[in-house]
Amino acid sequence: MSTSIRGAATPAARTAPLDAAALRRDFPILAQEVRGKPLVYLDNAATSQKPRVVIDALREYYETTNANIHRGIHDLSEKSTAAYEDARVRVAGFINAARPHEVIFTRGTTDGINMLARAWGDANVTSGNEILLTEVEHHSNLVPWQELAKRRDARLRFIPTDPAGVIDLDAFAGMLGPQTKLVAVHHVSNVLGVIAPVAAMARLAHEHGAVIAIDGAQSAPHMPVDVQALDVDFLTFSGHKMAGPTGIGVLYGKEHLLEAMEPAHFGGSMIRAVELESSTWADLPYKFEGGTPNIAGAIGLGVAVDYLDGIGMDAIDAHARQLGAYAVNVLSDMPGVTVHGPDADGERGGVVSFTVEDLHPHDVGTVLDGEGVAIRAGHHCAQPLMRKLGVHATARASVYLYNTTDEIDCLVESVVKAQRFFGTV
Amino acid sequence: MALDDLYREVIMDHYKRPRNRGMLKCAEVVVEGANPLCGDDVTLWLEIDDETVTKVRFAGHGCSISQASASIMTEAIEGRSLEEIDEIVQALRGMMLEGEQPNEELLGDGIALEGVRQFPVRIKCAVLGWNTLSLGLRQFAESGGKPVEAHHRE
Repeated sequence: MSTSIRGAATPAARTAPLDAAALRRDFPILAQEVRGKPLVYLDNAATSQKPRVVIDALREYYETTNANIHRGIHDLSEKSTAAYEDARVRVAGFINAARPHEVIFTRGTTDGINMLARAWGDANVTSGNEILLTEVEHHSNLVPWQELAKRRDARLRFIPTDPAGVIDLDAFAGMLGPQTKLVAVHHVSNVLGVIAPVAAMARLAHEHGAVIAIDGAQSAPHMPVDVQALDVDFLTFSGHKMAGPTGIGVLYGKEHLLEAMEPAHFGGSMIRAVELESSTWADLPYKFEGGTPNIAGAIGLGVAVDYLDGIGMDAIDAHARQLGAYAVNVLSDMPGVTVHGPDADGERGGVVSFTVEDLHPHDVGTVLDGEGVAIRAGHHCAQPLMRKLGVHATARASVYLYNTTDEIDCLVESVVKAQRFFGTV
Repeated sequence: MALDDLYREVIMDHYKRPRNRGMLKCAEVVVEGANPLCGDDVTLWLEIDDETVTKVRFAGHGCSISQASASIMTEAIEGRSLEEIDEIVQALRGMMLEGEQPNEELLGDGIALEGVRQFPVRIKCAVLGWNTLSLGLRQFAESGGKPVEAHHRE
């Protein structure tokens, strides 16, 4: 395995548009037919598909390297440890973390946010403090903070957003004060596709001494995320949405914040010395990685970020925006179809939620499935947002680097078929 | 897999022309059922007299399967005794969840829901109204025949 961190892609490769039709061949699963039709996979906000290099890395690890890490005094354990730590270095490079030990491996975004709410929240949030969120958040960036607020007698406040989910920065600035302990917001909404002004929010939060934690589940896979340039304090994301395996994710934190935090999980691997009555903790990052971690998953994620860097995150970002805008345009032109979220020229990525008049999203999803088109239908773990939008559920198409405009056309044709089938047009 | 198996003519007919839609002012049982995962909900009003459901109305919104199934259910149970209704619900559950043969005598149009079995993710939609009914009647029995309001979550 190569040990390069970032920069595998040349600047030219980063700015050139990507060739989705060619990249598709890297993903074995996309070659299949579903229900007798070529698979059109547009459920990437739920989970992305995996390129062969990632699948091969998992197999290779189990076939050649598998051993527990950080404790073996044998060759395999040394190799396994080196591969695991190499993955940390690659992921740190991918988000431009200042130090590899600022990258904590987790099970995923939900796990990372829960760890944060426990390990940082319980120690720093006290009675009367405020946590600022938006109504757009995924349940995983809402419920852990609700629970923290209950435990610590703190208050959740919601930053105003317009109907497309665009954050009102002036209103946000007005809500900040000495009582504000934390700002916890999405980077890209998993329902509306809207991109939050994270750098500006971080600056404002810091002016008031607040910490900002970003849910990067829908941004890290699709756009360059530079934690130092954004100056965010914490960032969480999931490997499986970015060409990596399931069960692996990242909690990034600034060193001084992580140093000051107590562990979230106690047990093996995270200790320095254990007495019968008390123990001391290992250094970063290990004090947050109690138990045997997902070694293969971390290695797979390291390969995945190399793969993404090889294509270029700028090119992946441009592709998602272009396909997202295309989908917004063609769906908006359809009779009876409402697209939620920003317009095609707004700050949006490749997540496109829509509703079809007189058709329940589940019925839309079933008809599309019959055409080999995989989308998500439901509340997308964002029930408060559904209420705000005045819908019970939406259909959601979400793209990745291997999707093409032909596939969006196929989506549109299938929606027409659903409308005809139910006689709504 | 064919869409026509899922969306049989009978089901589409009940979806587009629901039977017994509305509400009742003097219902012995008012029961609301919801599947928060997909946002489907069904509310039932039952008038019960002498161990018989004399009148039933429903309201709700959701996918075609959940709403058509609720409409079909109201037709299957109106005018039936609580004991008969118990058998009808058993027959529906047996068909949907245990692979039993459809029983047209008990289920009426409900046999059309058999096709939903080929779509495992949609079975919950088909049984929502029926599970809601079960809960309402169970609470009615537990209350000793006093009016009840109940809530069911899938």
